[in-house]
Amino acid sequence: MLNDFPLWPQQASTLAHRVDALYIFLLIVTGMMALLVCTLVIVFAARFRNRPGVRAEQIEGSNALEITWSVIPFFVFMVIFAWGAVVYFSQRTPPADATEVYVVAKQWMWKVEHAEGQREINELHVPVGRDVKLIMTSQDVIHSFYIPAFRVKQDVLPGRYTVEWFRATKPGTYHLFCAEYCGTQHSGMVGDIVVLEPAQYEAWINGGSNGPLSATGEKIFAELGCSTCHRTDMQGRGPNLQGVYGKPVELADGRTVTADENYLRECILDPGAKRVKGFQPIMPTFQGLVSEEQVNALVAYIKSISETKPAGGMKTANAGAANQPQSNGSQVQ
Amino acid sequence: MSMGMPTVVPQQRFERETYLNKAYGVWSWLLTTDHKRIALLYLVSITFFFFIGGFFALLIRLELLTPAGDLVQADTYNKLFTQHGMVMIFFFLIPSIPATLGNFLVPMMVGAKDLAFPRINLLSWYLYIIGGALMLHCMLTGGVDTGWTFYVPFSSNFTNTKFVEAGIAIFIAGFSSILTGLNFVVTIHRMRAPGMTWSRLPLFIWAHYATSIIQLLGTPVVAITIVLVAAERALHLGIFDPRLGGDPLLFQHLFWFYSHPAVYIMILPSMGVVTEIIACFARKRIFGYQFVAFSSIAIAVFGFLVWAHHMFVAGISVYSALVFSFLSYAVALPSAIKVFNWTATLYKGSIHYDAPMLYAFGFLGLFTIGGLTGLFLAALGINVHVTDTYFVVAHFHYIMVGGALMGYLGGMHFWWPKISGKLYPEGWARLAALIVFIGFNLTFFPQFVLGYLGMPRRYYDYSHMPEFQVLNVLSTAGSTVLGVGYLLPMVYFLWSMRYGKPASDNPWNAAGLEWRTASPPPTLNFDVEPVVTWEAYNYEELDAPPQTQEVTVG
Repeated sequence: MLNDFPLWPQQASTLAHRVDALYIFLLIVTGMMALLVCTLVIVFAARFRNRPGVRAEQIEGSNALEITWSVIPFFVFMVIFAWGAVVYFSQRTPPADATEVYVVAKQWMWKVEHAEGQREINELHVPVGRDVKLIMTSQDVIHSFYIPAFRVKQDVLPGRYTVEWFRATKPGTYHLFCAEYCGTQHSGMVGDIVVLEPAQYEAWINGGSNGPLSATGEKIFAELGCSTCHRTDMQGRGPNLQGVYGKPVELADGRTVTADENYLRECILDPGAKRVKGFQPIMPTFQGLVSEEQVNALVAYIKSISETKPAGGMKTANAGAANQPQSNGSQVQ
Repeated sequence: MSMGMPTVVPQQRFERETYLNKAYGVWSWLLTTDHKRIALLYLVSITFFFFIGGFFALLIRLELLTPAGDLVQADTYNKLFTQHGMVMIFFFLIPSIPATLGNFLVPMMVGAKDLAFPRINLLSWYLYIIGGALMLHCMLTGGVDTGWTFYVPFSSNFTNTKFVEAGIAIFIAGFSSILTGLNFVVTIHRMRAPGMTWSRLPLFIWAHYATSIIQLLGTPVVAITIVLVAAERALHLGIFDPRLGGDPLLFQHLFWFYSHPAVYIMILPSMGVVTEIIACFARKRIFGYQFVAFSSIAIAVFGFLVWAHHMFVAGISVYSALVFSFLSYAVALPSAIKVFNWTATLYKGSIHYDAPMLYAFGFLGLFTIGGLTGLFLAALGINVHVTDTYFVVAHFHYIMVGGALMGYLGGMHFWWPKISGKLYPEGWARLAALIVFIGFNLTFFPQFVLGYLGMPRRYYDYSHMPEFQVLNVLSTAGSTVLGVGYLLPMVYFLWSMRYGKPASDNPWNAAGLEWRTASPPPTLNFDVEPVVTWEAYNYEELDAPPQTQEVTVG
């Protein structure tokens, strides 16, 4: 119903309805509060306008009233707070089996890479009715990936991954905006989210010529010589990467971290920061040697060799990990 | 006494020595240590910057009249909204009420001859002028395009505009703000007249006390932040840049640690003004004096604990978002308590509708809408959708223009007879209040709708989404009305300085020590040091018979 109302944004994701429900609740509650205050002000102003011979009646105050109008709003606020938090946790926690898409932002475009190898610029094709998880980073300044019709937004930062997810509910084309000011052509950093029926989507996603992202990653892994140290036979000078994704890793300094996307990324670009226990600090940094897209491909490859099924050609390139609360860069801090 | 349009040219009055006629000439102003003269120096300077910032705002609105970016270049537009924000926040709103009305009134309201440190007071104006001149120079020689929030790494590594110069300008102006706060805190603690206990202070003073604490504790943090960004930009130190091992989110934490409390620097003094006006024009003591007083302090304290609610989609953890959302609701409570107490003060009052009261009514309406939409933004689930859209733009303009500026204009009208010794034309003033109220709502209400529809901030070209045009046209139309509403008071205030009817010492029959001295006051404020034996807002005594005169009639 709201979809046809011109002053209401389209609802095209599972989250949209939940955000709108809270929004409508807030419109009603705050509307009532505003109405109450305005009515009282207007009624008092009219009823107690100055009249000759009538003097104001001095009233000191009333503790009972003060407590009433503190406690009641407080409980109303707590309802809003809790409701908002529940919606937020859903917005920020991608489901475990979501389709993964890598996004690289730069001044002033969105570069998108699907696990299957399809690449797009300022466009994102997704199937209707399937969870999609965006793993995003920026090449330069901070951007923000915003799809109003899905009610999702997440800043995209240089130097780390942030994650956003949605499940589209209606085929169609929707706005994609950059919502964090990023320089001259900030308002040109817009695009389209194209939601396709599953059959159309299958046709589209298989129509490309590139191999899967993880296969690209495997090639880079070999080219950069990663495989000489990171061997699978436990004899390498670096840790065996098979099965590492999503697992806890013991570090040389005694801490334990989870090997999520951000950890893998950091190990490529700043290997000394969180060195694995039992290994020497001999790995060189690849900062500046690999592009964001290549890092994404490497991460996709390492993830693919952590899965029970063999890598390549699969729809969901993800296994464990996603059950944990959304980390969003907590690893890098 | 009639407050209507003056129909006669003022008659010559007996020439009494006042702070205005004590000395003439440029140096008597530029070297003055009289808090009242410094207040006027500030008044002229901030009005100048207000109209510069307002001019930028009009250009922004004109550009958005059509979806295409056709009036100015993208870079020009980015500079316009950046300079609009920087000028309005650092060179108008933050000094607005404290440095003009506060400077003029704080010593008089507590019964002192001047502020505690008159020379530091003058220094603070000079710092403001140096900062302002630098900002002006920066704008005239190219300007800066980082947004007033100057997020890294854009500001530290990417923009090639004059960020460092703008940063230094804000840095220097920040010290002006710190010194004003310092002066107020010491004055309020140490220089109250005999009998002026804390519980007898006007709530204007409580509001300024809370403001000063924020200025003292918050401003140094933004100064440090600017230094760090400049250091990273100039010396390539790895503070915020991830490529050098820095963290861009650290910048946002530091920036908002000041810039959120800064919102309260802008709104608290306005709340103080409105409290005085409502008491006077309802002829009543304020309902729940101590609740209104302590809510100011509560806002100052809680205001420091909510900064990360600007960062819910920035990449902070869900758990810290939870804490900051909760605390944001906590800081909303004292503001709500104030609104309820102001409303209750009207009950059984004897309400007059003079221009200051119209502005106070306007404040109540607009601040309530601004505050209530803050509840939307503090709700995490909704924040994700509306942050960085026009919803936020509308929300903070309702608080900082609808709230703070309405209060400022209301206060200017209320105390104008005291400041200038002249009455302003009441009819024009009421008209202006109405125009401002209508123009404001027409400008900013459509932006709430735009924001929920998803229009992002800081877009100069929305040809990708032409469906947003109708609401933008409404907003632009409103901004021209608003512009007229702001020009009017400047015209008739200037007019009244020459042609206005002379004001009596207490034209509103208002409570407060400032009304117990001449209009305009003598240099030392009071001929005899006042001794206070009454409570604040003693309107019962003021209106008691045998007083024969009816107070204010429209």
